[in-house]
Amino acid sequence: MKKVLEGSHAVSEAARLAKVQVIAAYPITPQTHIVEALSQYCSDGTLKARFINVESEHSAMAAVIGAASGGARAFTASSSHGLAYMHELLHWASAARLPIVMAEVNRALGPGWNIWTDQTDSLAQRDTGWIQLYCEDGQEVLDTTLQAFRLAEAVNLPVMVVLDAFYLSHTFEPIDVPDQETVDRFLPPPSPRIRMDTADPCAVNQLVTPAAYMEMRYNTQLAMEEAQRRLVLIEKEFETIFNRTHGLVEAIQCEDAEIIMVTTGTVTGTCRQVLADLRSQGVKVGLFKLKLFRPFPADLICRHLKSAPKIAVIDRNISFGAGGIFAQEIRAALCNQNPHPQVFGYVAGLGGRDITPDTLVEIYNHTKNNPAPAEETIWIGLNQETVESWNN
Amino acid sequence: MLSKNAGILKYDDLMNPGHLGCPGCGATIAMKFALQALGEKTMVVIPACCWGVIAGPYPQSALKIPILHTAFATAGAAASGLRAALDMRGDTETTVLSWAGDGGTFDIGFQSLSGAVERNEDCIFVCYDNEAYMNTGVQRSSATPYGTQTTTTPADKWKKTGKKNIMEALAAHRIPYAATASIGYPEDMMRKFEKAGEMKGGSRFIHVLATCPTGWRIGSEMSVKIARLAVQTNVFPLYEVEGGIHYTLNFEGDRNVNEYFTSQGRFKHLADADIDLIQQQVDAEWGLLMRKAELSS
Repeated sequence: MKKVLEGSHAVSEAARLAKVQVIAAYPITPQTHIVEALSQYCSDGTLKARFINVESEHSAMAAVIGAASGGARAFTASSSHGLAYMHELLHWASAARLPIVMAEVNRALGPGWNIWTDQTDSLAQRDTGWIQLYCEDGQEVLDTTLQAFRLAEAVNLPVMVVLDAFYLSHTFEPIDVPDQETVDRFLPPPSPRIRMDTADPCAVNQLVTPAAYMEMRYNTQLAMEEAQRRLVLIEKEFETIFNRTHGLVEAIQCEDAEIIMVTTGTVTGTCRQVLADLRSQGVKVGLFKLKLFRPFPADLICRHLKSAPKIAVIDRNISFGAGGIFAQEIRAALCNQNPHPQVFGYVAGLGGRDITPDTLVEIYNHTKNNPAPAEETIWIGLNQETVESWNN
Repeated sequence: MLSKNAGILKYDDLMNPGHLGCPGCGATIAMKFALQALGEKTMVVIPACCWGVIAGPYPQSALKIPILHTAFATAGAAASGLRAALDMRGDTETTVLSWAGDGGTFDIGFQSLSGAVERNEDCIFVCYDNEAYMNTGVQRSSATPYGTQTTTTPADKWKKTGKKNIMEALAAHRIPYAATASIGYPEDMMRKFEKAGEMKGGSRFIHVLATCPTGWRIGSEMSVKIARLAVQTNVFPLYEVEGGIHYTLNFEGDRNVNEYFTSQGRFKHLADADIDLIQQQVDAEWGLLMRKAELSS
């Protein structure tokens, strides 16, 4: 049934339909609407789950780790400083091989305090062993959250469903909310690999010497590689049942493109319009949406991007001293292709600054007008007067 | 050795032979007695602490019950999550036992413990307190008593502030049950664990003084004797607090603190005047405790 919902409630509806059993969460703007709704569902009996009002995000992740170790389908949501505070436990969750699902609302890190969207928070967690999926709109958020439980439980790794603050978390859209029966066909009750039991006592997450640690990490890497293959199958099954699909990546008019714009999150929606406008003027431009970031789909990136002369990657994030994070990884994926495209890396829209169609046209024109990138990272929309006033 | 205790042991030993505790380790003795009282329908949550090592490396385990090892700060939160999972399974019978050292209780674990007991989570939270970061080589914690030399309070920089009163902090949360216990008084300790085990439905806290021959610089054969002296000198009184306000004293010590402090290498630098000051502190704390117990009676 179609409902007009904000992105946050696309998440909470999906968690309800997934029949999560334990939720632990700590409030942070802009994640609050997700956990408020779930709290209400637990309170009124719509959802038969335990909601643990923990005293911090560090404890939120620790509590869902405890719950998942007890075999429960566990969920949390966070953002920005909350996610950063969880960092230690993010490593713990993946190394413990627990199928936890978390909604992560992309928000800038302070100082200065900034509640608006920015991807640096989730990308700073790229090495923690979490599967990361970046969503474009409310429907994709709902569908991806449902798929996330299937994926997490298939490969025993935690999954982060990522959505932009406000542009997505607080924006209302018509969203198809499937009925429980249909979701149950797609997502059966959990049959966890790890489920602590006094009848079969064992120690989990214990001390491990150099004799076995490396093999454990190798297994996690294998599971990550398996996750990409599994997600393809899960998407196919999802399409059979729900009649829609989103893809791990999406390549739009890339075959003949002279420049391919690479986007993530809600910027993709804006770029679809820019693409249509430019194509109507006869410009050979393509759009590549990167949804799956961990595991990194290098094969799909090479397949779709390698024959274009130029790639323009839009990063709403920054790794200081290196540049936009998506651009770095895409460059690395393409570097052994011969020939390979010129990769232009653009940093734009940090801390919630709008990325408008004009911003994207500016990026396109810059890419078109330069034979090769003059620098690793090109900043778009900087107010040079402000920058200079601080540096004098 | 077992035959001496045979009269009070209820269950088959729930510890396997071959644990990694140091000789004379009080924390290891504490676990043995706790599990004797709680039985096999128990799951233990262990954050970073000596017991993270004592329990043994993969693929071995020193315990015959399930262990969830968890990150340093998280015993309270991980236990809460495990409790929630068991409740969702319809299993309210199994006891979730959070088993943390003094660092994981007084310091880095204090926030998650406070959160858990404020929610009145249905778990038993134990601090086995060896009064410093022993697993990392004897660094001071906020459980380290006044007068102690550690590797981070060395020489004349011995600790000049007192031990945090964790029982008062937990009692201030008004939890159903809080108690101190000593490995030197196993019957008293097991009675308290049995009582805690039966008081299901809310948070229970047990503070166990666990001697550490390595960090306290005592002979391993002195472990139990020193634990008894701590009680007999009122340095570590045995008492219970119900509902956060009703105090019951279990033992009244009558020995001079001098006996306790001069028998341990960690205090050997203290002058007579220092020990006199400690005696005054101990007497004042004991007096306060007695008044609370009188108010409760």
